[in-house]
Amino acid sequence: MRRPVSPGTRTTAAGRKRSRPRLRNTQRGGTAMTAQEVRLCGLLLQEHYGEVVEKVGTHLLKNRALTLRAIAHETGTPLDLVKKSLCVLVQHGLCVFVSGRRGVEYHLSCERVLRILRFPRYIYTAKTLYGDAGELIVEEVLQRGHMTMSHAVRTVADRLTQNMEEGSSMDYSEVVSAFSRLVETQFLQRCSAVIEPSSAALLTATVDAPPVSVIVPTLSDNHPDRYKLPQISLRGRGKRRLSSEEIEGDQRAAKRAKLDKDQTEPSGDEGIYWQVNFDRFHQHFRDQAIVSAVASKMDQTSSEIVRTMLRMSEVTTTPSAAYTQPLSANEIFRALPPSYSIGRPVLEQYLSLLVDDPMEFVGKTGDSGGGMYVVNLHKALANLARATLESVVQERFGSRSARIFRLLLRKRHLEQKQVEDFAMIPAKEAKEMLYTLLSANLVQLQEIPKTPDHAPSRTFYLYTVNPLPTARMLLQHCYKTVANLIDRRLHETKENKRLLEKSQRIEAILASLQASGAETAQLTEVEEMITAPERQQLEALRHHVNKLDSSENQVDETIFLLESYISSTLSTR
Amino acid sequence: MAGRGRGRGRGQLTFNIEAVGIGKGENLPPSTLQPTPLFPPMEQKPVPLQTGEEAEYMLALKQELRGAMKNLPFYIRPAAPKKDVERYSDKYQSSEPTDNTIEWDPDWKRLPKELRIRVRKPVKESNKCLLVSEAPAAPKCTKPPRVDQEEIIRKLETLEKKEEELSSDEEGQEKKKQEEEEQEGEEEYDEEEFEDETDYIMSYFDNGEDFGGDSDDNMDEAIY
Repeated sequence: MRRPVSPGTRTTAAGRKRSRPRLRNTQRGGTAMTAQEVRLCGLLLQEHYGEVVEKVGTHLLKNRALTLRAIAHETGTPLDLVKKSLCVLVQHGLCVFVSGRRGVEYHLSCERVLRILRFPRYIYTAKTLYGDAGELIVEEVLQRGHMTMSHAVRTVADRLTQNMEEGSSMDYSEVVSAFSRLVETQFLQRCSAVIEPSSAALLTATVDAPPVSVIVPTLSDNHPDRYKLPQISLRGRGKRRLSSEEIEGDQRAAKRAKLDKDQTEPSGDEGIYWQVNFDRFHQHFRDQAIVSAVASKMDQTSSEIVRTMLRMSEVTTTPSAAYTQPLSANEIFRALPPSYSIGRPVLEQYLSLLVDDPMEFVGKTGDSGGGMYVVNLHKALANLARATLESVVQERFGSRSARIFRLLLRKRHLEQKQVEDFAMIPAKEAKEMLYTLLSANLVQLQEIPKTPDHAPSRTFYLYTVNPLPTARMLLQHCYKTVANLIDRRLHETKENKRLLEKSQRIEAILASLQASGAETAQLTEVEEMITAPERQQLEALRHHVNKLDSSENQVDETIFLLESYISSTLSTR
Repeated sequence: MAGRGRGRGRGQLTFNIEAVGIGKGENLPPSTLQPTPLFPPMEQKPVPLQTGEEAEYMLALKQELRGAMKNLPFYIRPAAPKKDVERYSDKYQSSEPTDNTIEWDPDWKRLPKELRIRVRKPVKESNKCLLVSEAPAAPKCTKPPRVDQEEIIRKLETLEKKEEELSSDEEGQEKKKQEEEEQEGEEEYDEEEFEDETDYIMSYFDNGEDFGGDSDDNMDEAIY
C-alpha cells in the first residue's frame, strides 16, 4: 500500500522526530536488521555470554556472513577467543555455518538471540505442565544449548537430590518419564544430524577451490526421528554433591567421588542431542492468550470450550495455520473435561454465541456432525494485536484519543470533519489529538486527489490507521524499551558496585562463621559492618533491579504478541 | 523557482491548510527550536507492573538464570591484561587463563574443523587428591573402564594402569589428528598447585609429569 507523503508530520507543531526504525541494514541482501534489534541482541549476548561473544556477535549481525579470519581481523580480537565465541554461539544454536566461496561463513540469527529474553517464560511453562523435573530439564537444556538425554537426566537428578532431605535421592526413572513426556508433546526436539562428507566431495573440493579444503559438517534438513526417544537404559539415582569438608580428611572418599563423576559409562546415545522446540512453546503461549481473551470477553465456560478445541487440534494443526482443523460439535462434547458437565444443547448455544461474537474467535464451517467448528487463529492474533495497539494509545494519550484510534481502525478512512462527528469530541480537541497521534506516527494521512494535478484545494485528506506497519513500529519501540531497561539496570548495578561487593563479602564471612559455629555476638558484629544507610541503599538498589527485571518480562509478553501477529500476516500473503 | 515563496510569510505549504483542519489565522502552538527534554513530564502515568506469584517466580527465574550463566564455561571473559611485574600473589590468585583452551567439551563432529581448540578440564574445587592427576579430556576418549570398588589398592593400581593406557592412546590419536593448526598434546594442568596454601604437598607428590613440559607458572616451585 502506498505510504503517503504526509506534510502534516514534517511541520508538526511539537517538532517531534518521526519515530521510525532507523538504519535498515540490507547489506549483502540479508534479512534487514534494525539498529534497535542489533543493540538489544548485543546487550543480551553480553549479559549471558560475556563481552567477547558480544563483540563477535554484534559484528556478525551487522555484516551478514563472515569467515573466521575476517571476524578476527575486523574486530581486533585474538583468533582463539573468536574460535571460542563461535563454538559457544553454535552450541546454543544462535549461529549457523555454511561452506562458502571464501571458506566457512558464519551467520548469526538475530531472532534466536532475542529468544533469550523469553527463557524464564519457557521454564515457568514447563514447570506448570510437568512439575519440577520438567522445569529443571528445560532449564538445563536452555543453559547448555543442546545436550544428550543421559547428560540431562543425570544433571537434573543430581540437582533434585540436592534439594531433597538428607538420605533420599531422586531416581532417574522419574526424570526420564518427565523427559519422555516433554518429547512426546514436542516441547523438546532432536538437533539435526550431521552428514558425513563423502570422500568424493573431498577430492572435488581441492581441485578448483583454494588449497585449504573446506569441509564442514552439514546438518541434514529432514528429521524423520525428530521426536523419537533413543533406546537407552538409564538406571540409578541422583548423587548428592559432597561438600569439601567431608572429603578433606578422607582421601579414599575423595577418590571414589571423583571416579564416580569421571567414569560415567557412556549410555549409548552419543551424538543424539536435544534442544528446546521454541515453536511449540510459542504455540502454547498463543493458545493461552486466546483462551484468556475469550475468558475475559465472555465467560469461563466459553474459554473452556475454546481450550478443549485447541487441545484437540494441537498435533493436527501446523504452527502457521490460519485455522485449526474442523471439529464437530460431537467431538467437542466428548472431549470436554469432566468437571465441565454441561448439557449438549447448552454446548450448542455456547458455540453459536462464540461464532456470532464480533471478535470471530470461532467460526462455523459446516453442519455435519452437529456443526463443524474451527478456531480462527490468525483472526484471533489480529484481534489481540489490535487490542494491544489500542491499549498503548489509551495509556499514552488518554481515553479520548483511544476512541479516535478505535474509530479509525473500524472505519478505515475518515476526514477531519467526520472524525469530530463520529467521535463526538469538540473540533479543537479532536484536531489536537489527531495531530499528536500523527506526530507519533500512529495515524497516517492519505491523499485522494480529485483532479490529476493534485491541487491541494481539490484533494481529500483522510486519516487512516494501518495495523501492520503500526504493529511493526511498536515492536521496534518494545525492543528499544527492553534495551533501555537492561542499560539502566547495568548502570544501577555499576554505580553501586562497591557496595554490592562489600555486602557479598560480608555475607560470605557470615556464612562461614555460622558454619563453623560462632557466637551470636560475633555474628552481630560482622553484620554491623554494613551501616544502616548502606542497608537502605542496598534495599533501594534491589528494589530497582527487581522492578526493571519485571518490566523486561512484561514487555516481552507484548513482544510475543506483536511478533506472532506480524509473522501470521506474513505467512498468509 | 525552487526558492520562491520562502521567507514570505510563515507557512507557505504545498497544500491547503484548511483541508487538514487548521482554520485561517488560528493560533498554532509555537514551533520548538530545541530537542525535547530527556525526561519529559508525562501527562498519563504508566500502569503499575503485574504482581503475583507468577510474576515473582519468573523474576526469580530470570535473575537465577543470569547468575548461573555467568558461572558456566560458556561465559567467555576477555584476556587478562598483561601485568607489569610477575608478583608472588599471582600464584594464589587464580585468574581465568584465557589462552587457547576451551573449558567445555563440545561435539567436534558438529563444528567446522577450523574452530578446534584444545579442551581443558575445569578445576575441581573439592579435589584434594593428588596421587592421581586429573584425567585429560580427550574428545574421542576411549570408553573409561569400570573401576573395581572392592579394595582401594586394587583401585589405585587399575587407575595407574588406565592412565598409562589413556595417555598412550591419546598420543596415538593425536598423531592421527595432525592438522594445520598446532595440536601438540592435551597437557594436564596441575591446577591443584594454585589452590594449596603451602609448598609442601606440591613438591612431595611430584609425579614427574611436570618435568620438561611445564607452563611458566610452575617456575616458582622448587622441584625436589
